[in-house]
Amino acid sequence: MPELALVEAVNLALAHALEHDPSVVLLGEDIGVNGGVFRATQGLQARFGAERVIDTPLAESAIAGTAIGMAAMGLHPVAEIQFTGFIYPIIDQILNHAGRLRHRTRGRLSCPLVMRSPCGAGIHAPEHHSESPEALFTHIPGLRVVMPSSPARAYGLLLAAIRDPDPVVFLEPTRLYRLFKQSVDDDGQALPLDTCFILREGSDVTLVSWGAMLQEVLRSADQLAEAGIAAEVIDVATLKPLDIDTILTSVAKTGRCVIVHEAPRTCGLGAEIAAAIAERGLYSLLAPIERVTGYDVVVPLFRLETQYMPSVARIVGAVKKTLEAST
Amino acid sequence: MTTAASFQIEYTQFLDLDGVPTQPLPDFAKDTETLTAFYRAMVLTRAFDGKAVALQRTGKLGTFASSVGQEAVGVGLAHAMRPEDALFPSYRDHAAQLLRGVTMTESLLYWGGDERGSCFAAAPHDFPNCVPIGTQVCHAAGAAYAFRLRGEARAGVTIVGDGGTSKGDFYEAMNMAGVWQAPLVIVVNNNRWAISVPRERQTVAQTLAQKAIAAGIEGRQVDGNDVIAVHDAARAALAKARAGGGPTLIEALSYRLGDHTTADDATRYRDPELVSTAWQAEPIVRLRKYLLSLDAWDKPREEALIQACQRSVEDAVQAYLAVPPPDVSSMFDHLYASLPHALAEQLTSARQFADRQENGHA
Repeated sequence: MPELALVEAVNLALAHALEHDPSVVLLGEDIGVNGGVFRATQGLQARFGAERVIDTPLAESAIAGTAIGMAAMGLHPVAEIQFTGFIYPIIDQILNHAGRLRHRTRGRLSCPLVMRSPCGAGIHAPEHHSESPEALFTHIPGLRVVMPSSPARAYGLLLAAIRDPDPVVFLEPTRLYRLFKQSVDDDGQALPLDTCFILREGSDVTLVSWGAMLQEVLRSADQLAEAGIAAEVIDVATLKPLDIDTILTSVAKTGRCVIVHEAPRTCGLGAEIAAAIAERGLYSLLAPIERVTGYDVVVPLFRLETQYMPSVARIVGAVKKTLEAST
Repeated sequence: MTTAASFQIEYTQFLDLDGVPTQPLPDFAKDTETLTAFYRAMVLTRAFDGKAVALQRTGKLGTFASSVGQEAVGVGLAHAMRPEDALFPSYRDHAAQLLRGVTMTESLLYWGGDERGSCFAAAPHDFPNCVPIGTQVCHAAGAAYAFRLRGEARAGVTIVGDGGTSKGDFYEAMNMAGVWQAPLVIVVNNNRWAISVPRERQTVAQTLAQKAIAAGIEGRQVDGNDVIAVHDAARAALAKARAGGGPTLIEALSYRLGDHTTADDATRYRDPELVSTAWQAEPIVRLRKYLLSLDAWDKPREEALIQACQRSVEDAVQAYLAVPPPDVSSMFDHLYASLPHALAEQLTSARQFADRQENGHA
């Protein structure tokens, strides 16, 4: 099995989809000849042609809007928005149309499209290239929102997103694009959507996170293990619809929960998870839920980005707080 | 200095305000059967429109957007389309939709607050009404791309208002379709008013058709109150699209004789004199005069038509009023292809609460 970085796994999944499903098309800015600014689509236009791997004009709303028209007329478009900093113009199209079309037409028309976009901080990128807007999309009815945390997860979840009959916003953490490699078999196997993945089992505390932040969470779990604390680590993966049952089951076992995300704190997805635990798992809690998140500030330019992003120290500190509260 | 680019916008009219030809008519217009079909469709649309407004006024329909005075735009366009084409309408396009196979009952259901009104049993490819202005132009461009990619001789057709031409999505879609040479026809129903803002305050461009020039596609202007002119332009644009000739923008000059919607009162911002003048140019009388001049129409036929329209509108209204309200679960049924587990509890809750309401426990 080849060892692939996450961006290569994305490329492999896209190639697999293009190869096996003639209705799949890719569109976006610079995705063709240039292979995408992160090279996620490298080589695909040469292999599958400019009609199926489309270099579009620079117009994000029309990328999303034309993808909706394509999807409703039988194609399976996978559109790339170059950075999440430029994703906001598509919200009109995604919210008012992609997420509503099946509902509005009682299932007569549907919108099987994927909007891919690199997200998150930590690569010393310029302004507007480091945001984590997942919660803006998880609030929108009719969508799926997915964020992979590893190359294998990226391959399997992206194939699942492309095959899903409804619109999916697929956010790829730029920090993971080339951070590490993993064995990825090009077997065309999709991973399940709408389900969390338990990355590590433990009995003392449940750490809930997604995307690149799982790097810090797993390192925190290592550090905690050295101190004799067994952390269970959950990769949410599909942020909407949320698999709260897996989280509740874990919290019932551990009695403690720390939610970690890079996005700002207020109305972040962590707030929804915490509220759901409060509603349905309050009596299994031994300590208040902790959230370790980005601050409610503009993502700073990169000299301060590591101060903005949740660190191992902050996560371990939050875990210790939950332990102290319950002893 | 040299000229880097220059352009001109052609304007087409075949019938003047009195129904007198201003130039030789195109071949299709020499067939009086075709012209009477146009006429019947416009009259039916207006009858439906008037009834819908009356239903709203009597509390039997929600907010409704009247198309009065703009019937020729939709009729001339939809008569040029084929069933396999796809229409991406705004919310004022009943004229086109009725010809596409959308039933009056469906339309009433939509404006009466029921999603089943967008089922479009006989217009399976057409998008539902588009309320966010101009966004539908993108969908039509994408559909057109899909048709071209598969080598199908189909076109994406969209209708947008004059206000819509100020939106980014309008330009983005037109530009992208130009690059793709996609089989797209954009009809701008320039009815001169975007709610309270007149065309003159929308843009200082001389025409809306010339916005196509910036996207590198053909733009032309027609008298939108002359159904022959609209149909002629639509036929040509659709034939060009199907032959691989790329997109066309048609600006149809009409007039919004009614309020923006039943929730609007245009007397707040519009001089009634303007409307009286605009009534002189409306499309139905003009075509009737021409048909009368050919002896292709007469009073008995007119009376029979009015009666037939009233009957079919009344039948549609009765069918609409007889539709029972949707089940509460219909809020969830078609949100996704299959209901995600995460929504099951909310559906159960909605059902329980609905049951309590029905039992008088709310």
